[in-house]
Amino acid sequence: MTDHTEHRLAVIGAGVMGTNITALATGHGVPVVLVDVDDEKLAAARLTVRQKLKHAQLMGVLPEGRGRGELVTTTTLADVAEATTVIEAVTEVTEVKNKVLTEVGGLVAPGTLVISNTSCIPVDEMATWVPRGDELVGVHFMNPAYLIEMVEVIRGTGTSDATMERVTALLSVLGREGLVVNDAPGFVINRLLHPLINRAAMLVQEGVASAEVVDGLLEGCLGHSTGPLRTADLIGVDNLADSLVVLHERTGDPECAPCDLMLQLVRDGHHGRKTGRGFFDYRKAAE
Amino acid sequence: MTTANPAVDPKAVEAQLLAFLTERIKAPVEPGDDLFRAGLVSSMFAMQLVVHLEDTYDIEIVGPELTLDHFRSVDAMTALVLRLSGKNDG
Repeated sequence: MTDHTEHRLAVIGAGVMGTNITALATGHGVPVVLVDVDDEKLAAARLTVRQKLKHAQLMGVLPEGRGRGELVTTTTLADVAEATTVIEAVTEVTEVKNKVLTEVGGLVAPGTLVISNTSCIPVDEMATWVPRGDELVGVHFMNPAYLIEMVEVIRGTGTSDATMERVTALLSVLGREGLVVNDAPGFVINRLLHPLINRAAMLVQEGVASAEVVDGLLEGCLGHSTGPLRTADLIGVDNLADSLVVLHERTGDPECAPCDLMLQLVRDGHHGRKTGRGFFDYRKAAE
Repeated sequence: MTTANPAVDPKAVEAQLLAFLTERIKAPVEPGDDLFRAGLVSSMFAMQLVVHLEDTYDIEIVGPELTLDHFRSVDAMTALVLRLSGKNDG
């Protein structure tokens, strides 16, 4: 067990998951250095994190008696050097993750836990981009990370026991419970979830049912708390399409080739909740 | 001298909230109804209610006021708005 004061996080990427993880950590008293490429995005991220912390407090999911961790935002990647853990949460594009992790590998001291919040890219593939692949582990946080307690932990073939102990200690401080899986493209959750969402979108595309009806059936008949297409809007349709491409390239599974409707939404800028519209329109409706 | 704020009239606040919710939920709502079912979607909607109340009534909902029970019904939200508007008036 470790105390929250022993942890200093660096989060790279101030998008949906980066701000989620930052809110989770600061809400649990862990200081965070949040890195992104431009100041405008970081200014927006500060507001987003504040809003997410408010949401977390509203839902009563933050520990009592623990102050908030300090949030520092920066465009200088070298500022991650003092962190005890670096969490990479950049776009699910191989070249982008490769560039960031390679640079991080050159900045952090041995013994620094390096986590990728990867959606689909295997940990073993990413381990070749850093100097100490045994210190890399995948942690698939859910969205919203501050509300959903369970996370998927992906152990690469080279991930050391010491790294597994460190990640368990961090997750404990953050109040998360991890279930460990072996490495594979998409791991367990996204190998199951992404083709399901893709097929759900295909059914809408083919005119079999509306998005409301597809989600309504999975919620009402199968007990999903959020239907596949609302889940897609929560993930971000653009991120989902990127992840499906990664899965398709690595598995050859035709179910993973993003369908035309999904690609059209991406082209039209309808990326889900974050843009106000995806499979559903959030500008007026409550849910 | 300040202009009277219609928001501090309980009946007006209640009517505005009922209209807002009826439009958003697309179902009739009574002042005492429990608005939330368990689950993620309802928690997202709870946050929308926080933002709506803050923007509409020019109040800030922070600290111990920021708890789900204060958003569970139109009655509870009306009481919250009145309490915080009162504080704003000094």
